[in-house]
Amino acid sequence: MLSSLELLISAPVLNVQLLLDGIFIGAVYALAAYGLALVWGVMNLKNLAQGDFVIMGGYLAWMLVNQGMNPFLTLPIVAIAMFAFGWAIYRIIICRVIERDLFTSLLATFGLALVMQQILNQIYGPEVQSINAGFDSLAIFGGMVTVAQVKLITLCITAVLAASLVCFMKMSRMGQAIRATAQDPRAARVMGINTDRVYAFTFALNSAICGAAGVLIAMIWVIQPFYGIPYSIRAFVIVTAAGLGNLPGVILAALGLGVAEQYAGFTLGAQLQQFTVVSLLVVVLLFKQFQRGRKRQVLQ
Amino acid sequence: MRMSMRYPVAMGIAAIGLSAAGAISPAAAADDTITLGSAISLTGKYATNGLNTQRGYDLGVKRINEAGGVKIGDKTYKIAIKYYDDESTPLRTAELFERLIKQDGIKLLLGPYSSATTKAAAPIIEKYEVPMVEAEAASRSLFTQGYKYMFGIISTSEQYVESSIDLAAEMAEKNGKKPSSLKVAMVFENDPFSLDVRAGAIERAKKYKMQVVVDDKMPRDLNDISATLTKVKALKPDVLLVSGHEKGASTAMRQIKQLQVNVPIMTITHCESAKVIQNFGKVSEGVLCPTQWAETLNYKGKYFGTAQEFADLFKKTYEGYKEVPYQAAQATAAVVVWKEALEKAGSTDATKVRDALSKLDIMTFYGPVKFDSTGKNPVKPMVLRQIQDGEYKVVAPTKYATAKLEFPRKVAY
Repeated sequence: MLSSLELLISAPVLNVQLLLDGIFIGAVYALAAYGLALVWGVMNLKNLAQGDFVIMGGYLAWMLVNQGMNPFLTLPIVAIAMFAFGWAIYRIIICRVIERDLFTSLLATFGLALVMQQILNQIYGPEVQSINAGFDSLAIFGGMVTVAQVKLITLCITAVLAASLVCFMKMSRMGQAIRATAQDPRAARVMGINTDRVYAFTFALNSAICGAAGVLIAMIWVIQPFYGIPYSIRAFVIVTAAGLGNLPGVILAALGLGVAEQYAGFTLGAQLQQFTVVSLLVVVLLFKQFQRGRKRQVLQ
Repeated sequence: MRMSMRYPVAMGIAAIGLSAAGAISPAAAADDTITLGSAISLTGKYATNGLNTQRGYDLGVKRINEAGGVKIGDKTYKIAIKYYDDESTPLRTAELFERLIKQDGIKLLLGPYSSATTKAAAPIIEKYEVPMVEAEAASRSLFTQGYKYMFGIISTSEQYVESSIDLAAEMAEKNGKKPSSLKVAMVFENDPFSLDVRAGAIERAKKYKMQVVVDDKMPRDLNDISATLTKVKALKPDVLLVSGHEKGASTAMRQIKQLQVNVPIMTITHCESAKVIQNFGKVSEGVLCPTQWAETLNYKGKYFGTAQEFADLFKKTYEGYKEVPYQAAQATAAVVVWKEALEKAGSTDATKVRDALSKLDIMTFYGPVKFDSTGKNPVKPMVLRQIQDGEYKVVAPTKYATAKLEFPRKVAY
């Protein structure tokens, strides 16, 4: 560990590599996390199947690419397909558990995660797959730092997606309805908003965002039917740390998490990379608890 | 499946039937047939390789019977195999081996498929003191328990990447460098198999006094090792070893490409099943992939000729194979080992055969076989193939190589 730190100090350019890689992957986490923040904030649903939606999106894209489609063109198609899938899942399962207590919805989405994993496994098999988008890497600083072009493009796509989501939430009627429902579902209903439809739309939107993230993940990493869990965990860590309904917070937390993971992998080794993520969450929660405790004291 | 449901009844009936008729078994049967027994995975998750194993066993039996069978004293015997399906579950394997020994009276056994099922069978064969030749279990822990009746002909897991370190040392000496000046980087998955592989690598690196500069373990569900690879790039090691099943191979290849990592000797396990040539094309050039056996090796034995001749025969006998799975080749080799051991023992008595097995020293199409005191076959090396022009070429050990090692690895990112 010490030798790794020394290395970082003696060759500062390595920091650039770690930071860049962290930002690239953090951007993809941000997508999945924002989707989760949406369903959590609007519907109070803790979707444990979040990562499996991501993987499913990846597999859909992989299938289309095998049919000869350009990897980037699959993105809108997968997003639309996943939107429809999310809508159907809402109608079949989620609408039945949304009014129930926390455990019912946790169990339902956990069950959904298991079923999705097994179905993906049945259809696509347990082999590890990836999409080859056919891009090279840019070498900078005399080859000491490399930037995979595909990651760069991914970052741009993520930024565009995030920006259009913000616009959608702010400007469109549906976006306004979603925000209204998040604030107070009863009042929204009184005002004539069909909250059931808003819920269905929100869940489907989340599914589409996850699908898009899955397409990007299949291009920069690998996918396998059972690899959804790490994305679920990271999405939960990010949303818990950033708080609900706070898109800038989610993006910042996601990028921070990505960078933290890279540094942890570098200094402590790959075995402690995820451990660090979860420890960070504990620290954040403790800090928040501490803050809240102080507020309460003031009130007394 | 079929068997599991009716198992208790079927077992009862079979027991009565068999003891009454006594026709199929026991080992030294009246009709001049020696029956070997095995429970392999014909259904369940190991079914594909279970079938490959069975085909390997069957081909071995067929060829040896055609060549006159087994000669014991002045009598010749044909050989046959009695199979059960263990449904890929170790518990069933243990039950079925007990049944082979106790009810079918079989005293000469062939191993099941996979390390997990073999681990379950081992205590049974030790209990009844019945010898078993296994060819499908690579776990190191099978040979550290002091088992006396189990003989494994394949290289154990800790040998998977050892030969890469040997190769690095060899190349260093050739270029006038000391092996102890070399730096080794390793990334292994955190699972029993890969950690066995790691143990072998650490030991071998220690032998040459090489410096291990990176020793990362990737968790099962982590698919990002770019931080580790950044470290590798900065430290410029002479050897990079990666083992983490198909996921490890795919992840490593993808990120090695993205980060443009190059190391003179780069070894990755499971390249073939991860399809690295098809998926990563020219980036996979120069990567070394260990394997148990390859058709192109220049091994040559008595009954099947060369490795290539065996492969041709196998493909002719069973349709639909583009390449012969090594699982089948080693299964056939196990039958060859039985024939040689029985003839050497001059008897079918379990103890005598066991002693003959432990003294065996033969060459086969699958490689040399000579068991050590733990029952392993250390004389058969792991073979290293290098990807050259999109094809796997055997480059080490030098004695059996059919192509020249490209050193250092050259690649255009």
